[in-house]
Amino acid sequence: MNGQTSKKRIWYTALAIAALLALTIVLENVLDPNRNIMVFTSLKKGAVYALVAVSMNLLNGFTGLFSLGQAGFMLLGAYTYAILTIPAASRDAVYYIYNGSAINFSLPELFGGGAVGLVLGVLAALVLAGCVAAIVAWLIGLPVLRLKSDYLAIATLGFGEIIRAVFQWDTLGPVTNGANALKNFPTFTNFNIQNANGETVLRLSTFVAFLLSGICIAIVVLLINSTYGRAFKAIRDDEVAAEAMGINLSKHKRLSFVISSFFAGVGGGLFAMYANQAQARTFTTAMTYEILLIVVIGGIGSVSGSCLAAFLYVAASEWWLRFLDTETVLGNGFQVPLLRNGFRMVVFSIVIMIVVLFFRRGIMGDKELPDLLARRPRRKEGTE
Amino acid sequence: MQYAISILLSGISLGGQYALIAIGYTLVYGILRLINFAHGDVFMVAGLLMVYLTSFLTGFLPPAAVIPVGLLLAMVLTVALGFVIERAAYKPLRSAPRMSVMISAIGVSYLLQNLATYATGGLPQMYPELPGLSSMVSIAGVPTKWVTVVTPVLVLILVVALTQLIHHTKVGMAMRAVSRDFETAQLMGIKINAVISVTFVIGSFLAGVGSVLYFTNYPSIVPLSGSLPGLRAFVAAVFGGIGSIPGAVVGAFIIGISESVIKGSSWSIFSDAFTFALLIIILVVKPTGLFGEKVTDKV
Repeated sequence: MNGQTSKKRIWYTALAIAALLALTIVLENVLDPNRNIMVFTSLKKGAVYALVAVSMNLLNGFTGLFSLGQAGFMLLGAYTYAILTIPAASRDAVYYIYNGSAINFSLPELFGGGAVGLVLGVLAALVLAGCVAAIVAWLIGLPVLRLKSDYLAIATLGFGEIIRAVFQWDTLGPVTNGANALKNFPTFTNFNIQNANGETVLRLSTFVAFLLSGICIAIVVLLINSTYGRAFKAIRDDEVAAEAMGINLSKHKRLSFVISSFFAGVGGGLFAMYANQAQARTFTTAMTYEILLIVVIGGIGSVSGSCLAAFLYVAASEWWLRFLDTETVLGNGFQVPLLRNGFRMVVFSIVIMIVVLFFRRGIMGDKELPDLLARRPRRKEGTE
Repeated sequence: MQYAISILLSGISLGGQYALIAIGYTLVYGILRLINFAHGDVFMVAGLLMVYLTSFLTGFLPPAAVIPVGLLLAMVLTVALGFVIERAAYKPLRSAPRMSVMISAIGVSYLLQNLATYATGGLPQMYPELPGLSSMVSIAGVPTKWVTVVTPVLVLILVVALTQLIHHTKVGMAMRAVSRDFETAQLMGIKINAVISVTFVIGSFLAGVGSVLYFTNYPSIVPLSGSLPGLRAFVAAVFGGIGSIPGAVVGAFIIGISESVIKGSSWSIFSDAFTFALLIIILVVKPTGLFGEKVTDKV
């Protein structure tokens, strides 16, 4: 590929992303969010899951490290974000079981409150959420990253369970609120702009979700296209050969693990913003599996595939397949068989099994969206 | 003292139940190098089958025959389930990378859990009382259920039978050959698929027996009942050295007893965390487990 088409492609990609962001603003202000709850829930949750899926893909798809600790790192991120941003005034209400919180400041207020404080505080809290996850990942990585494939998977899975138990520990209650949920922190809806009468003038909640997750994904893409990214891919393709070519295996594996966890942590913070609460028992192994399945559906080793799959997965499970859960009687009195609560997830998991078994490369394989859209010069047979 | 004995008793019976599940993991891992994530859910489905079969059979059979027939049918169906899972979800991926097979296993686990949620409507199901197992007995002054006594004995019998099968029959020899070297065994004329099916049949059968013992101790089954015992049993298998049957049994008893001790103390919330911490420590210190064989990777 020569320099000119590459530059052109970057421009097109940037334009497409800007158009997408503009579209979310327009969409949210034209459609009534109260009447289209499903649409906006899917969009916000999809954006969050896209980021987490991309972070997992960085590890599983680009570095070849099969880790199942994603939910644990999300939990760290979600709690860090929540603890740092709950307004001081509502801390007593949230921590009522423990007679108030051990931490009595909140970042948005430290930054002076108001709109500026909100933006700066939330950003700082999200970055810190990522940092906490990254530091823990570094510590965990010291012993765990020496393990190979499935042992690594099961060790990281175990780590997720340990984290969940620690955060539900009663003694840490004044910080983590024990097994109870953390609430009342700024969420996506706080970014809707209101006029003096308290009416919402401009809805930005979906836009903020897209923007934050988009920035993080863009950073991951830049990383993947750097020398580090090439080293990761070399490790994925053949560890021994990569080491022989002078790549420091343990350093690069740790780097990939820490960066992936950083973004999982940020994703966890965003998830808390989406869900309006942070509670340890949400971040189970099942959540990691969900994200893993998104990565597989999108194609292991494709960032745009993970993003697409995240939206498809969330929309299908939360919105499109809803009708399968309600008992339906057709016009002529015919009761549609099988439809009742829980059928949606059965159909959904069958679809997933079909993808896993018969479309193993997922939607995108290891290609990216621009690769598919760009017109390529005809290649000779066998050069791929 | 009485408290200590009761903790120890429940730990031993828990350990025996984990041992039966752990053997399924260890056998499959020994042959396919696959962590069969769906194994815990097969265990859960075996429990649910028992619930549904006994309530279904009550309408047809005299009360005395319901439990034995139900037990028999539940075992047959569990074994069939294990067989079908292997044929449908793992066999098509025989030549695929190991990660794909593992993902497929996760997918099967997800499917079984969702099917169970659909079937039960998400409500906890009462496990039927088994005559003999559910009745009370007193050991050293501690009242407990018969299942506590039966479990270790039954585990011992089954493990001895299994080792005899593996070391002294033709199928057992084939299983050992396949676990040693997949491709060479195939070249020597061993029918790989038949051997793998036998492995899954044995594993599912043991998981079925384990579920009868396990759920007799617990009042009800929910769709997620299988996932944590499954993971703990897997940890036990790794702890004892994956691929080794005595290792899995020893590991399971250690995990079972320590879980019961921790659950009895004020640190009960950390019982699973402890299990996994044990896993991470053993993997880092001695990755082959207590009884595992050392394997060298060739480039």
